[in-house]
Amino acid sequence: MSACLQTIQDYALRSIGIGERLLPRSDFTLCEQVVLIGSGMIWNIYFGIFALVIGFFLATGLAVAKGAQNPWLRKPAEWFIFLFRGSPLFIQFFFAYFLFLNLKSNIEFFDPFTAAWLGALIVLFLNTAAYSGEIFYGALRSVPKGDVEAADAYGLTGWTRFKRIIWPTMLRLAWPAYTNEAIFLFHATTLVFFSGFPAWQQRGDALYYASYFADKTFNPFVPYPILAGYFILFTLVIVGVFGLINRRLNQHLPGEARAKFKFRPNLLR
Amino acid sequence: MFSYCVDPDSLETLAWLSCYLTTGVHMSFYMAFLKVLGLLAVTAPVALGFGFLGAMAARSGFGPLRWFGKTYIAIVRGVPDIAFFLFFVIALDQALEWLRHKTLCPDWDMPIRQGNDFIVCQAAKLPAGSAPEWIHETYGFALAVITFAIVFGAFAANVLFGGMRAVPHAQLETAAAYGMSQRQTFWRVLVPQMWVYALPGLSNLWMVLIKATPLLFLLGIEDIVYWARELGGTKTSRFTDYPHGDWRMWYFLALLVFYLAFTKVSEIALEKLMLRLTHGQATTGGEAQRRAAS
Repeated sequence: MSACLQTIQDYALRSIGIGERLLPRSDFTLCEQVVLIGSGMIWNIYFGIFALVIGFFLATGLAVAKGAQNPWLRKPAEWFIFLFRGSPLFIQFFFAYFLFLNLKSNIEFFDPFTAAWLGALIVLFLNTAAYSGEIFYGALRSVPKGDVEAADAYGLTGWTRFKRIIWPTMLRLAWPAYTNEAIFLFHATTLVFFSGFPAWQQRGDALYYASYFADKTFNPFVPYPILAGYFILFTLVIVGVFGLINRRLNQHLPGEARAKFKFRPNLLR
Repeated sequence: MFSYCVDPDSLETLAWLSCYLTTGVHMSFYMAFLKVLGLLAVTAPVALGFGFLGAMAARSGFGPLRWFGKTYIAIVRGVPDIAFFLFFVIALDQALEWLRHKTLCPDWDMPIRQGNDFIVCQAAKLPAGSAPEWIHETYGFALAVITFAIVFGAFAANVLFGGMRAVPHAQLETAAAYGMSQRQTFWRVLVPQMWVYALPGLSNLWMVLIKATPLLFLLGIEDIVYWARELGGTKTSRFTDYPHGDWRMWYFLALLVFYLAFTKVSEIALEKLMLRLTHGQATTGGEAQRRAAS
């Protein structure tokens, strides 16, 4: 027990460079595996939350642009969404990493971009913006005609009409699908350290440590289930938090009319 | 490849490129694209087969079989993505070696797991240590195909299960009223009609499968990602006739374009298929076609 407490002290924040420098090399205990993989989760949560929050705004913009009449707005949004949804995230990571590497050798400004914390975050941000943008665009097209007509009748126009009527309804309609997007963005964060971006001083994410243990012990039956456990736990947290928001978005509606969340796993991207 | 490629240093840009892009290693790179297409061509039907069996099991009247089908679907769908790929390849490899070990070396008395090592007798090694290189490669590729099929099979099972349930119940009742047996109803009425309901889900799955192929790299296959990293890296004139700087960015750009084109072509083909399948069906799609024709 006390050995495990010591391990927690040494490794709980290892993934952000606090604590013991050397990773365990032999005689791996279950405690070490649980703590170190859990420590890696910090990165997954960091990537997940930031990409999702920043991506949300770009996604709204993309959805509006894709639904616009003006081809100068519509075409770029369509291409952006196709570019990021039509190609594997894995390749996007690789391309972005080497692109930043090239830029870095010419312009000093791009120095931090080759590090995972910024470079990978940018890719994830653009990627989730494209996926959520498509979801929001679909929802935007299903906003009931009557809602918009009612808004017109009240004399709401332009930005006010969008902010007060269209946008909340769009969010309400899109929310169940958006919850799935959030879950799978979170799962996709595991790709970061397998795709070019180096884990500096072995500061990696949960999958990085899980595969470290699997490689060292030749036993995949311990680290990967631990990893799966963590992910299922955090998936439940996401479902819970998004469920609360969904309740708030739907609070004016009677029970049956509310959109229900349905877990639709969509492997990889 | 071309006769003028003997002395690359003296060539103009275009001629130089034409020589550079047809070197032996680049041929391996192009072969890797075929590998990806091959993986898709093999995996898609196998996964569909797994999915069909899974869906049949999940709606079976026999309890244990139904639970097996539902558990298979639930477990694979519930666990995060690439962890599954990394896990399955080692797990399958060890399971196969363990089985062979049990049958081939019955009088082996040491434990298989010694601390951090997984040790089986020499005869049980897969593939055999003396096997030629191509067997090793084929074995790795086969493991990858099985892994892909298991994972995507679960997703396909879920889609097909939904498709089977979406077929209007009246159709099945009519079949029963005509005196068809359960089996006849299944094969003659349910299966031909379920595809149109399953196709949107299946085409989505196909897109995801295309985008999952770069993960072959993680499974240790020499695929396009491997070659792009290999070929794009900085080459000095000491080791090659075609020295260049860090071109990995351009190689990955090429991969990006390849995948985008592939996705676009698939989209168009699936759209065509959907048109054919909805023909004459009692759905809005079929109705629209009927209206357009008359």
